Amino acid sequence: MRGRALPYLLVAPAVIFLTVLFFVPLVQTIALAFQTTNGTGFGNFARMADDLNFHDAVVNTFRFVGLAVPLQLAAAMGMAMMLRHLGRGRDTVLWIWTIPLGLSDLAAGLIWLAMLNDRGYLASLLFHLGLVSEPQSWLTYESPMALFIAVVIAEFWRATAIVVVILVAGLQLVPKEYAEAASVFGASPWRIFTRITLPLMKPSIQSALILRTVLAFEAFAVVIAIGGRNFPVLVSEAYNWQNFNQEPAVAAAYAVVVMVLSLVATVVWLRVLRTPEEQRA
Amino acid sequence: MAGITIEGIRKSFGTTTTALEAVNLDVADREFVALLGPSGCGKTTLLRIIAGLETQTAGRVLIGGRDISSLPPRARGLAMVFQNYAVFPHLKVRDNIAFGLKMHGADAARIARQVVRTASLLRLEPLLDRYPAQLSGGQRQRVAVARALAVEPAVLLMDEPLSNLDALLRLDMRAELKEILSEAGTTTLYVTHDQTEAMALADRIAVLHAGRVEQVGTPSEIYHWPATRFVGGFVGSPPMNFLPRDGAILGIRPEDIDLVGPGEGIAFRVNVVEPLGAQTLLTGIAESHLLRVALNGEHRIAAGSDLHIRPRPDRIRWMDAATGRATTRTETSP
Repeated sequence: MRGRALPYLLVAPAVIFLTVLFFVPLVQTIALAFQTTNGTGFGNFARMADDLNFHDAVVNTFRFVGLAVPLQLAAAMGMAMMLRHLGRGRDTVLWIWTIPLGLSDLAAGLIWLAMLNDRGYLASLLFHLGLVSEPQSWLTYESPMALFIAVVIAEFWRATAIVVVILVAGLQLVPKEYAEAASVFGASPWRIFTRITLPLMKPSIQSALILRTVLAFEAFAVVIAIGGRNFPVLVSEAYNWQNFNQEPAVAAAYAVVVMVLSLVATVVWLRVLRTPEEQRA
Repeated sequence: MAGITIEGIRKSFGTTTTALEAVNLDVADREFVALLGPSGCGKTTLLRIIAGLETQTAGRVLIGGRDISSLPPRARGLAMVFQNYAVFPHLKVRDNIAFGLKMHGADAARIARQVVRTASLLRLEPLLDRYPAQLSGGQRQRVAVARALAVEPAVLLMDEPLSNLDALLRLDMRAELKEILSEAGTTTLYVTHDQTEAMALADRIAVLHAGRVEQVGTPSEIYHWPATRFVGGFVGSPPMNFLPRDGAILGIRPEDIDLVGPGEGIAFRVNVVEPLGAQTLLTGIAESHLLRVALNGEHRIAAGSDLHIRPRPDRIRWMDAATGRATTRTETSP
């Protein structure tokens, strides 16, 4: 039992778990995506691309990732820096900020739907203040921009805290002495941030960006809750093909596209934000 | 002209803890003063207040006659060497040295000149394009000093800069630092808990204890004429011996005790003999008090011996038993 076999034995459950529940379905999905009635090929991808919603789904997905992720990173950076300057109550503030993390995506989406739809809090408030003559409904297919903004707000509210947590952890690894040294040597607070803190936080920024980008490409429940079928994204289209069109192969093609995008994004962040060995603290 | 004047600097944390109580200290232009004290005496806090990294509860700091108490660190015109060096890991040695000049908006020619000058001063030329992680501890320490000297500061603050080096390297760097700093003529305030370091480097030493300045003086004054029992016990290795005498305290350095013949002086029972080469250190009991005697290294004495000793009369320092303050003169060295 002991000796050489033990380490392998200990990792075995994890390996079996990943193989059965991750690797096998992955291979099956990829196989399914390339399987057509007349053998293998790109038929499913062609059907996916020919669909009316495909173009919108691609555009929406990229707009969503392109806006939500940078917004979250910038806000989380600011929040992490604020926390650093907080003395008492720091833990309480962090705790409150992370509450949305405890909610499921769908619940978060529904909360924002309740606030933003035509009978929601915002509409009622504006109506009572006399700013609008009758409750407006923004979240319809007629106003894709409003839908888009609502989805971004909901996702921002729900998932920024995880970035904060990663950045706060990363910031704690950067000794305060570097910022102090920079200030003694004449750097203004902004220059300390840009020249010292940001570069030293590259590893945690990288982790946060990989995590957020991959999850933003896969955003689903928030989008469905607020936008329904009026705001198609890649993952919701995969869902539609699977459940409404009963075409698992085309859904699999979507899944493969999302997977490739996630992989590409990960590789990009790994390369762009690489910290060479010799520059690590 | 850039002397440092510290006027009534007080620092308390909350209502209960006082780190510094009304510290006054003058450092003349081009002078090297060591702040010496045990850990927790407030010496690093005082240095950080001067740097602007900590805010004083009361009092003010003047550099070159200008009150800098309320200025941010970047506007105080000083440089600092940190205990852990705080050399920026993401910048090459070259850019670390240039950092202060860049932040102060120096032109490229001056930056290049200063980088070359300080790098050669600290023998860092071959390392300019390396990152700090590729350097040894001693080299990183030199980068930290070079970064500080490159800005040609009016005032240099050093916070235990040698404490992270191994013993041999520390000795080398100490001599090197002394040479470089006396050449640069920078007003220097140097925090250390190592009394040998303070004695070796400083023009004057300020001994801090529990947030107060116990004594300020030249190394020789501090060593030979300790103003308080604390200073006598803290400075010197081994420390000063203290024997009670008629309501006062007699202080005598271990090397200022002579062996005398039987029947003379004080009886001394040797418990431990430590032959240290240049000296032989005896630890034992005299008049039921622990006492240390440092003899010339040639003496051969066995543990358990009963000896007789006599303090040299001109080296005895008398202190008040209650206050611990010296009652003999403390102004000049003998």
